[in-house]
Amino acid sequence: MAITTVPETPRKPGRPPSPYSARPQRTSLGRKVRDNLTGHAFLIGAVLCFVVFSWYPMVRGIIMSFQRTRRGETTWVGWDNYSRIIADPSFWTAWQNTFYFTVLALALGYVVPFFVAILLNEFRHAKGYLRILVYLPVMLPPASALFLFKFYAYDPSEAGLFNAILKALHLPTSQWMQSPEMTMPAMVLASTWMNMGGAVLIYLASLQNIPGELYEAAELDGAGIWRRIVHVTIPQTRLILALLAMLQIVATMQLFIEPLILANGAGAEDSATSVAYLIYQHGFFQNDLNGAAALGVIMLVVLAGFSAVYVRLTAKQD
Amino acid sequence: MSVPQYRKAAAVALVAGLGLSLTACSTKSDDKGSTAGGKVTITVDCQPVGAQKELLKNWNDDVAEFQKQNPDITIKSVSVGEQCNNPPDFTARLAGGTVTDVFYGYMTDLQQVLDSGQAMDISPHVNKDAIPTWDSVDPALKEVFTDGGKLYAVPVKNYSMGLVYNKALFQQAGLDVNNPPKTWAEVRAAAKKISALGNGIAGYSEYSAGNTGGWHFTSLLYSQGGRVLTEDGKKADFNNAMGKQVLQNLKDMRYGDNSMGARQLLQWGDLLTNAGAGKVGMFIGAPDATQAIVSQFQGKFQDWAMAPLPGQDGAAKGTLGGGEGYFFKKDLTPEQVKAGLKWIAYQKLTPGKGQFDYVRAKPQNYPVGLPQPLLFANGSDAQKQELELRKANANVDTANFALFEATPVPIKGEPRNAQAVYAVLDAAMSGVLTNPNSNIDALLKTAEEKVNQLLAAES
Repeated sequence: MAITTVPETPRKPGRPPSPYSARPQRTSLGRKVRDNLTGHAFLIGAVLCFVVFSWYPMVRGIIMSFQRTRRGETTWVGWDNYSRIIADPSFWTAWQNTFYFTVLALALGYVVPFFVAILLNEFRHAKGYLRILVYLPVMLPPASALFLFKFYAYDPSEAGLFNAILKALHLPTSQWMQSPEMTMPAMVLASTWMNMGGAVLIYLASLQNIPGELYEAAELDGAGIWRRIVHVTIPQTRLILALLAMLQIVATMQLFIEPLILANGAGAEDSATSVAYLIYQHGFFQNDLNGAAALGVIMLVVLAGFSAVYVRLTAKQD
Repeated sequence: MSVPQYRKAAAVALVAGLGLSLTACSTKSDDKGSTAGGKVTITVDCQPVGAQKELLKNWNDDVAEFQKQNPDITIKSVSVGEQCNNPPDFTARLAGGTVTDVFYGYMTDLQQVLDSGQAMDISPHVNKDAIPTWDSVDPALKEVFTDGGKLYAVPVKNYSMGLVYNKALFQQAGLDVNNPPKTWAEVRAAAKKISALGNGIAGYSEYSAGNTGGWHFTSLLYSQGGRVLTEDGKKADFNNAMGKQVLQNLKDMRYGDNSMGARQLLQWGDLLTNAGAGKVGMFIGAPDATQAIVSQFQGKFQDWAMAPLPGQDGAAKGTLGGGEGYFFKKDLTPEQVKAGLKWIAYQKLTPGKGQFDYVRAKPQNYPVGLPQPLLFANGSDAQKQELELRKANANVDTANFALFEATPVPIKGEPRNAQAVYAVLDAAMSGVLTNPNSNIDALLKTAEEKVNQLLAAES
């Protein structure tokens, strides 16, 4: 067995002397810009992009959420848009649907790719082909993939792909997107199929970084496959697991294209209305851009909250 | 570079960037060369898209002819793709201030356009001198685009709903094509026979998504004599026996008779795609639905006919009407407004020209003979002229629309805040069409609460 030595971690090395401390503190800005012209040119481009396409719309959205435009006159209305949007009965339906989707997506879309990655990692042959096969759906434009599901897989008649399979197996068929109960599971299924490839590749990369010695040691200790997964794989990939969980939550809570295409918007009895779709509904169908902005800000706060929890948790783990 | 200096540099870059972007934005407002050299330039939207070759050629020919007649006016046409029949696109352009000088909108869009502050009061400019047929235009349509005594748009199209039915399927099902259903009970009976043909054919088809469900619920309610909102427009008024009857009819057909097909949650294009494929026996729609079936969804004109909207026990008590018009962007010069009105008069409101150029449309297989657009008032000079031209050049069998035309049903306009109300009512429609155990009372109560909240918030 190979003997590995762990380098001793230096204890509180102290702050290294600043490389700038010996330099003169004040040089003209023009000189600095001239010295790093290329770098600054790149910086300006990036900053401009962020300002124009990310920060400005965000700030503008926040301002709009406190305003009301009527007859071309914009007035400051304080929290009015927020109270109005919260009073909308669809508000809670949308959050309920969105959380339900997120939970289902975590249960399916998060766990399944992990096990698929473990499975792929175990294969000795045709690894490359299998990875391509798993990644293939990611290359399909989401709208095309969803139309395939809508018109072929989820066709509520017996001619539909899934219903034909269920019938062949002597199982009861489903109304799929037309059944309020099936709307969310069906959307999660389609979404998982579409997005699984990316997550699988990330998991695979992470799995391949786990030193083989750990598995060898576990096997010598008599650990079976489940114990190896629980005691080696999961602890070794916990950072990636945490990161993907976070990304999954943030992405799934912005659920929009699935209801828009699979359910033509709100779905059966509003069962597909997500928060993002409600924003779209308010902004573009109800002529209520200010209400849409308020709902957008609420969503931003909730997602920021999740991100903060993630940062805190991962910081503690480190 | 020290950290504070680096920040300073970034700040300078930021300010410079912002300055640049603001400068770039400000160039838009410099576009005031609209009246340079005595020539007036106006931008107008809804130029047909490239794929609609004949329509685009017609449009370009109209522009060329108009400019020949008016050498001092330049028309800049803008094709905005789906904007002319897609509410989200329209809202985005309105909010972004990127509408053209003369821009298209639905009759339901007036409040939205006014709220955006983009429209101009054109009352002082619109008269017989600007639009020669103005006195013939139905006053009810002018009223739809009027707010506080001020006119904001020129109506260019009007429609009302009726029962559209497939003659070929009627014949196959042994139904009399000349005696289509007059009541909802008859619709139900006919739908059963048509769906019995099998092969995935729906006897009757209905919308329930993308606001179109609410739109049709409103029309069905009008047929019963009901209304969506109270007279003052402040409360919902559909949670009653008539609203219940509308949903009950649909639920009975969907689950009692199984005559509405398996696939629901349909919106505009979905239903017409099925209709074009010969899979729909009946649906309610405007005369131009048949036009869309043919031009966009590969159907055949000779298969389709129209009857008046059915009523619950006898003739329908009302039908939904709607339409479209052209608004004028605020801050246009009086010369531009005048030029815009002249263009609309030429392209949209002159019998024999533009949309009424039936001589040109006839050989292009573009439908002539549909009882639409209902723009001119009954008995007016323009109406007489337009009717004569239409009859002389009809290329569709006008007998297919004779019943619809001969039995007019009182037209009612769309409710206040129509699109938002329709969005709420979609859920009630989808409820009865997708859930065999749906509770109609609960669906109506929920929709009523939502609409009342929506209206209260808007006031």
